[in-house]
Amino acid sequence: MTVVTPPPDDSILRAEGLTKVYLMGEVEVHALRGVDCTFHRSEMIVLLGASGSGKSTLLNILGGLDVATSGRFWFRDQELTAADQKTLTRYRRRHVGFVFQFYNLIPSLTARENVALVTDIADDPMSPEAALELVGLGPRLDHFPAQLSGGEQQRVAIARAVAKRPELLLCDEPTGALDYRTGVLVLEVLQKINRELGTTTAIITHNAPIARLADRVITLADGRIVGEERPTEKADARELTW
Amino acid sequence: MKALDRKLLRDLRHLGGQILTIALVVACGVASFVALRGNYASLELARTTYYERYGFAAAFASLERAPRSLLADIEAIPGVARAEGRIVEGVLVPLEPGVRPISGRVVSVPPHGASLNRVDLRQGRLLEPGRNDEILLLEGFALARGIEPGHRLPIVLNGRRREMRVVGLVASPEYVFAVAPGDLAADPTRFAVMWMGEEAVAAAFAMEGAFNDVAVTLQPGASERAVLHELDLRLEPYGGLGAYPRARQPSNYMVSGELTQLRSMSSVVPAIFLAVAALLLNLVLSRLVLLQRGEIAALKALGYHSGEIGLHFAKLVVLIALAGAGLGAAAGAWLGAAMTELYQHYFKFPNLEFRFDLSSAIGSLLVTLLASGIGTFAAVRGVLRLAPAEAMQAPPPARYTRSWLDRLELGRLVGTAPQMVLRELRRRPLRTLLSSVAIASSVGLTVVGGFYYDATEELVRTQFFDVMREDVTVTLTGPRPERAVRELGHLPGVLRAEGRRELPVRFRAGHRFRDGVVIGYPEDAELRALRDKNGRAVSIPPGGLVLTDKLAELLGLEVGDRLTLELREGSRAHEEVTLSGLVDESFGLQGHMHLTALSQLVRQEPLVSSVLLQVDPAHSRELHRRLTDLPAVAAVGSRDELLQRFREQSAGMILVFTLIITFFAVTITFGVVYNNARVALSQRSRDLASLRVLGFTRAEVSAMLLGEMGVQVLLAIPLGLFFGRGLVWALGTTMDPETYRLPLLVTVRSYAFATLVTLIASLLSALVVRRKLDSLDLIAVLKTRE
Repeated sequence: MTVVTPPPDDSILRAEGLTKVYLMGEVEVHALRGVDCTFHRSEMIVLLGASGSGKSTLLNILGGLDVATSGRFWFRDQELTAADQKTLTRYRRRHVGFVFQFYNLIPSLTARENVALVTDIADDPMSPEAALELVGLGPRLDHFPAQLSGGEQQRVAIARAVAKRPELLLCDEPTGALDYRTGVLVLEVLQKINRELGTTTAIITHNAPIARLADRVITLADGRIVGEERPTEKADARELTW
Repeated sequence: MKALDRKLLRDLRHLGGQILTIALVVACGVASFVALRGNYASLELARTTYYERYGFAAAFASLERAPRSLLADIEAIPGVARAEGRIVEGVLVPLEPGVRPISGRVVSVPPHGASLNRVDLRQGRLLEPGRNDEILLLEGFALARGIEPGHRLPIVLNGRRREMRVVGLVASPEYVFAVAPGDLAADPTRFAVMWMGEEAVAAAFAMEGAFNDVAVTLQPGASERAVLHELDLRLEPYGGLGAYPRARQPSNYMVSGELTQLRSMSSVVPAIFLAVAALLLNLVLSRLVLLQRGEIAALKALGYHSGEIGLHFAKLVVLIALAGAGLGAAAGAWLGAAMTELYQHYFKFPNLEFRFDLSSAIGSLLVTLLASGIGTFAAVRGVLRLAPAEAMQAPPPARYTRSWLDRLELGRLVGTAPQMVLRELRRRPLRTLLSSVAIASSVGLTVVGGFYYDATEELVRTQFFDVMREDVTVTLTGPRPERAVRELGHLPGVLRAEGRRELPVRFRAGHRFRDGVVIGYPEDAELRALRDKNGRAVSIPPGGLVLTDKLAELLGLEVGDRLTLELREGSRAHEEVTLSGLVDESFGLQGHMHLTALSQLVRQEPLVSSVLLQVDPAHSRELHRRLTDLPAVAAVGSRDELLQRFREQSAGMILVFTLIITFFAVTITFGVVYNNARVALSQRSRDLASLRVLGFTRAEVSAMLLGEMGVQVLLAIPLGLFFGRGLVWALGTTMDPETYRLPLLVTVRSYAFATLVTLIASLLSALVVRRKLDSLDLIAVLKTRE
């Protein structure tokens, strides 16, 4: 395994030897079997892997949504390995934006209100309108999730994730539930945010062509990192085909 | 407004029907609390202030006649603060010629006004000293009869008719609840209480320098028991009829009884509702939390604290509780004011008005919040404890296991659908149990509603049809020789006349005693029947004494035991007798003997104090006219009229009570069944849609969902009937048994009514849910992600 060691001031997230064991009924499932990795400032990272390879588990742990069975990880200089729920909540609230495959919008709130959920509690957020403008949804502010297409819902989710100006944007299969055209649209938005706001962005996907967007591609299989490469040429989302 | 609060409002709207039903249950609880508690407080306050302001005495005693000089002796009794002697006599008021005169009572007023039991002047003026033709009239009677100050009223005083001038209308702490002696129902038109100058009363009844009634007040810290004992000793030589405390004063006794009932009702009824509301909130909220599992996880992912999310759901509960409490407080204020108005008909406290007790409303709101908070806490905590990543996953499939029921292979017998219903019930035994208990409480309440009707009907049947066989009761001014019976028997239209002697006594067994009367009957008496508790006729053995069974119980006596009769008339001796039998009676505490045996006991010739008449209806009018003219007649009562009044008085109350309680019960049943069904529907809409896709019909699918509710209701009904019987028994214990005993009887009719009400309410709520079920969008349900 080749680990690229970055200059220390540039790293934003660092993990060492993360493992995760689930109990599914009476069966132990080893979702992660010792993962080391580092995310750098403004980096665009794609985590590739088949279903069950452990990529979502890794992202959930790094985002403070789940707790590792063993191993350690740091956000900047702060170790979060054994952090309590309160610390993890503060970490998510201030520094991390999430985008999920199934959007996880609150169905009873409009696009604007879904974004406002975050701006209500963030320290220095952009306005919900500005965030939605950023994802190209300016005209659909007052629509409920049920009145939006899948791609639009995902863009609301992205607006919601970036409205707090997070350092870290974690996207779990953001195009998984979308068709090609809308998928590309969503990726374009993510790329734009990475470029314009400098947000460190990690995208989970099992869709290999998406790796062409990345500064760095990490491949997982069976709970371990099995490959890491830096594409020589970064593609534009519009150029992708799958 | 914060986005999370917007979500709250939208959730509320989305849950509309469920919120409404829960808020209604809360409202019923708060309304009943505000109304009952408010009336309790109002009545209690009105009583305390009224008694204080008008010097209501602490103890009373009637006697034959004593010189006024005895009053100083009475005031010398340790513990007595003040004693006032009065003359209190029965009178007749022949308002209309030819119509049965109204019975009344005259109370003497000292020349400079009474110091105890003062009258409360409502209209006109007080008596002027030396004016012997003036009276003050009880306001309740005057208003009911349209009599005003300035009117003249014919009064038969000691057999002599006089025209008296009404100068003022008054209320009195002694006659807040004015019921003629021996009457079963209060009727302001039929009992005329009047106050007259002492000199005039004394002259009319030959009581100059004497009194026959005494009221005393006590010094602070005095022993009531000791004073009553001393009072009895002082009055014994003067024909004392037994002193009694304020608690036994007839009017106050009725007020106290009502207060006791109000107090117990005001805790039991609201408690049932608030418990059910807490259960429903738990049911609905835990389902909501489960449904919003993904949303909660997303909120956590966005950085919301568990506390913030918990608060979000807490706000939902608070809003429902507030809405319910607001509605309940308003309804309670209205209901309470209506109840007070009803009370004003019975209890003539001029200062009685419904007081909306804010603290009780707030108290019940706090209890609701606490109960519902506990109800929701567990549900929310479960989800908040999950790591967000886990919460975002669909909950694992519910665990079902095969049970001994399955091993019986019942499935083959009953089919798959009922088996699904059974497994669902078994998987949530606590919910099934609690829901059944909640529905059972509503069944129980309905049974109580029916009980009042049943008990009154039973009372009417036994009292008016089995026991009283006379048409008219004539009360004489005092014990008279038996020939009075023969004279009355010769009046026009009288078919049969039976004389009776009512002899005041104190029944004593060891240290226990009760004051009452022994009634003496002729040996061939037919007009009053005595029954035991099984309804069998009881005949009085020659020379024997038969007691009301309740009286025997209070004295700790059994048939064959000896007891002492302390006679209050005639020889006034203390006689030992043997208890030879028991009778079941709804009213009063009394003994029954043959007239001859009673006369031997008092060592007097056979005397009668009242005469029962069987009358030919054709001559009724003439008979009443003739009775009016007889000086020895103190009062005349007619069974039919009594029955009619009793029915009128109870029917209205019972109807209102039954309606309210049925409405309350329907609210509970509807709330429970509807919410259960809605929750089950949302939990299982996927399963049910899948079944529909597999080819099950709407009816079959509905049966699977509603079958669960059906089982709960069917479990609840027997439980509820049992519970209702228990409530009736508990209510029975809050009624004082010494004057009035409602038969604790619940008929099949009431059980059937409660069952029917529950079934209809359940069916209605099931139908509402069934409509939702029918409009289930199969494709949409299957498409949504778990």
